[in-house]
Amino acid sequence: MHALADRYENEIINFDRDKEVDRICETMRNIMRSKLRRRGVVVAVSGGIDSSVSATLAVKAFGANKAFFIQLPEVDSAEDTQSRGSQLIEHLGVDHTTHNIAATLEAIGCYDARDEAIIKTFPEYTDGWKNKIVIKGGLNGQVNHFMLVVQDPQGQMHEKRLDLREYLQIVAATNYKQRIRKSIEYYHADRLNYAVIGTPNRLEYDQGFFVKNGDGSADLKPIAHLYKTQVYALAKHLGLPESICNAIPTTDTYSLPQGQDEFYFALPYQEMDKALWAHNIGASASDLAIMLNIAEEQAKFVFQDIDNKRKTTHYLHAKPYLIDSIPELGL
Amino acid sequence: MSSEAKIRNYILENYLFTDDESALDSADSFLDKGILDSTGILEVIYFLEDEFEIKVEDTEMVPENLDSVNNIVSFIERKRQ
Repeated sequence: MHALADRYENEIINFDRDKEVDRICETMRNIMRSKLRRRGVVVAVSGGIDSSVSATLAVKAFGANKAFFIQLPEVDSAEDTQSRGSQLIEHLGVDHTTHNIAATLEAIGCYDARDEAIIKTFPEYTDGWKNKIVIKGGLNGQVNHFMLVVQDPQGQMHEKRLDLREYLQIVAATNYKQRIRKSIEYYHADRLNYAVIGTPNRLEYDQGFFVKNGDGSADLKPIAHLYKTQVYALAKHLGLPESICNAIPTTDTYSLPQGQDEFYFALPYQEMDKALWAHNIGASASDLAIMLNIAEEQAKFVFQDIDNKRKTTHYLHAKPYLIDSIPELGL
Repeated sequence: MSSEAKIRNYILENYLFTDDESALDSADSFLDKGILDSTGILEVIYFLEDEFEIKVEDTEMVPENLDSVNNIVSFIERKRQ
C-alpha cells in the first residue's frame, strides 16, 4: 500500500475506539464540572450520524436521566431523517420533545425570502417545485460559485448559476432554520440548567460548514476533533441502529436531497477526510493525488480549496472583536 | 475613468475602507493578501458584470482572471476584443 494511505489507515481508521470513547466522556465530564457547571445536556437530534454519535456519547458521559433530546423538523425535513432521530431516541431512552419549527419559519419570512430569490432566477418556480443549491469550482481551480437546481412538479430538473445577491438571500433565509433551532435548544437548556451540545465533525468544524449563531453555537462540541470517517466508525462501535450507521449524509435544509459535497465540499466526505488529514500532516499534492487516484493538479486545487474555506470562514469561529482587551475577564 | 481606476476604487472603497491609493498595489493578489475571500471574489464578478457589461463564464472564474487589479484589467481587455 502507498505510504500515505498506510499511515491514514493506522492513524485514522484503526484508532482505539474504546479508548477514544472513554477519553471523550471523561473530558466532557471534566468540562461540565470545571467550566460549564450545568447538570445535564440538551442535544438536537436530526437523525444524522453526527448528532446521533454526539447524543450517544453524551448519554454515556452523563446518563440518560441527565440528557434531553429535541427533534426540530420543518417542511423541508426528509421523513427518513426524522424517523431515524426517533429510532435513536427510543434506542437511548431519553426524555425528549418534538417542536416543528415550520410555523415560526413561515412567520419570520424564511420561506418567502428564499422563494423570492429563487423566482428571480426561475420566474416559473411556484408551489410544488423543489430546490437545492450546488457548489461548483473548487475541484477545477475555479472560484467557488453556486448553481440553483430546481425540480418542477413533473420531475424535470433545471439548473442555473445563481447571481450573488440571490445566492446570499437564499442562504441567509435558510440560515433562519439553524438559528431558530438553536433558540429552542437554549430555551430548554436554560429551563433545565443544562448545557447545549454542538455536533460538528472535524471536516465541518475546520471548513466552517455551519451557521454562526445557528448550529455553530454550543457549549461543548464532543466530536469536533474527529474526521467524519471516524464518526461513522464510532457509530458502529457504539451499537447505533443500522439505519443511522448506513445513512448518507445530507444537509436536510433544502427540499431536494442535497449531499454535503454538492453544497459545500469539493469531494465526498471519505475523500475530503483524507485530503484534510493529508493537508494537516503536510503531505504533498502528488502524494494526495496517488492516495485519491486523481490528477496532481486536482489535488493541488483541493488543498487550495481547504485553505480558501479556512480563510473565508475564519470569522465564523471568532468571538466578537474588541477595541481594547478586557484583562479582568481574560479577554 | 480608466478600467484600472474603477476597479482600484471599488476595492479600496469596499474592502479596504480607505481612499489611500498606496493601500493597494495593482499586482497584489486579493486572496494571498487576505483582501478578499471567495465570497468577495463573487462580489467583484457581480461588480464587473454590472460596470463593464460583460458576462463572466463559469470557466473564466479562475484566479488568473480575477485575483488582482492587473489580472482583472487584462481579463476585461480580452473580453472586449
